[in-house]
Amino acid sequence: MDKRMSEREVVAELRDGMTLGIGGWGSRRKPMSLVREILRSPVKDLTLVSYGGPDVGLLCAFGKVRKVVYGFVSLDSIPLEPHFRNARQAGAIEAVEFDEGMLQWGLYAAASRLPFLPTRAGLGSDVMKLNPGLKLVRSPYEDGEELVAMPALTLDVALIHMNRADEGGNGQCLGPDPFFDDLFCMAARRRFMSCEQIVPTRELLREGSVHSLKINRMGVDGVIEAPGGAHFTECPPDYGRDEEFQREYAASAGDPDSWNAFKSRYLELASEKDYQEAVKRR
Amino acid sequence: MSEFTRAEACAVAIAETFRGDGELLVSPIGTLPSIGARLAKLTFEPDLLLTDGVAYLLANVLPVGGAKGPEPIVEGWMPYRTVFDMLWAGRRHVMMGATQIDRFGNQNIACIGDPKQPKAQLLGMRGGPGNTLNHPTSYWVPNHSRRSFVPQVDVVTGVGYDRAAALGPIASRFHEIRRVVSNLGVFDFDTPDHAMRVVSLHRGVRVEDVVDATGFELVIPDDLSETRAPTDEELKLMREVIDPDGIGSKEVRV
Repeated sequence: MDKRMSEREVVAELRDGMTLGIGGWGSRRKPMSLVREILRSPVKDLTLVSYGGPDVGLLCAFGKVRKVVYGFVSLDSIPLEPHFRNARQAGAIEAVEFDEGMLQWGLYAAASRLPFLPTRAGLGSDVMKLNPGLKLVRSPYEDGEELVAMPALTLDVALIHMNRADEGGNGQCLGPDPFFDDLFCMAARRRFMSCEQIVPTRELLREGSVHSLKINRMGVDGVIEAPGGAHFTECPPDYGRDEEFQREYAASAGDPDSWNAFKSRYLELASEKDYQEAVKRR
Repeated sequence: MSEFTRAEACAVAIAETFRGDGELLVSPIGTLPSIGARLAKLTFEPDLLLTDGVAYLLANVLPVGGAKGPEPIVEGWMPYRTVFDMLWAGRRHVMMGATQIDRFGNQNIACIGDPKQPKAQLLGMRGGPGNTLNHPTSYWVPNHSRRSFVPQVDVVTGVGYDRAAALGPIASRFHEIRRVVSNLGVFDFDTPDHAMRVVSLHRGVRVEDVVDATGFELVIPDDLSETRAPTDEELKLMREVIDPDGIGSKEVRV
């Protein structure tokens, strides 16, 4: 089955108010070309579930977000995500904050079609106070231990970025860490995977072992070929983080003038191709 | 004994927090914690499991901050999902930072002010809640002051001893805040009510300095000692092998 799509076709499926899970981790292997396409669209009021990086920062800065479900939002080499901070400090978004392991449990519960999974994480911390809807569950066995019932984080749509994929939706992670991208796909109703390069299925094992085939085609509805699609986050071994660009991005959060300049230079362009060219020109 | 810097004293104090850990995954967050953990591995805790900061477990020790070193010897794979598995299993000792920490070791790295609309948004909960209830946790605070050592943290990310006690013996059975190392001294919670206690002060630090810089009452024992000075071997390892560019000193002002 040929599942190739464009970024525009993916974003045309999004509706206001949807819950969007975004793969990657911090400023690492984020599906940024899909995020940038959302910035070009009228979609709004999104709920984001993410091990957050500039995906969260950009969508917040463009007013696309109603709620963020996260364990952290960071640019890694720049620990605090300045655009996310601006949105939080302005009270512009609702924050749903969990321990990062609880986030995994929520995705895993959704992926496994379970209402919740029990965990010790959260007990005694302000995760409980900040999420008054969180319930406890008592072990029905002799130990009787009381645990947090981490609810399933069911997603409307998952967006992930891989190094290679075939047109049927088999995805390959050639970098050192696959993060939780497979869980994001399993937890979502519609799943879209961008990749650096689409290759014929028979060539998938040319660059990586069978263990690198972390995403199978049952978990993917659309494949988008997006060379440089994770820019400016890292996508090893294809490319590292564009630290210089990331610094420029972070600095643009400093005041409205810098942000407007950054936006018009890189983001308020007609297409991903224009973005990639603007990045090259600088 | 050779001259040494405050940062080097801190690195040794951090290394000491991992003494006795044996074959355990150690996750040091920050530069001096990374230096301290590597120092422990090269000296008295050779069995520690340490990553390259990404996803490879390295059998040998590389310098911090990307300085030129030996070829890495990869002994295993530790992506985040496996880190979480180790965490749930208790096979880990983490040293995290703390923007705020209180008398019972409650940590805040989420935000300052009202969490609904914070004055300053920080990282978020990260792994604080799960780490502290599942395995030993230590903290590194490079800027000991009344802003960081506070009577009450604004948000509890890592769980301290008072809250762990309130959970009861079952839920808190894996809870342990091993040590807090700051730029001024070393602290633990080995007191009857688990209030923070001074273990040692770094060379040149007076008790008054620490008391002035702490926003709550510390337990100060009579037999207060000086933080163990780095040995000549440790200084050589830090300066030539672990941190040849001296980036550790950037984390501590003194």
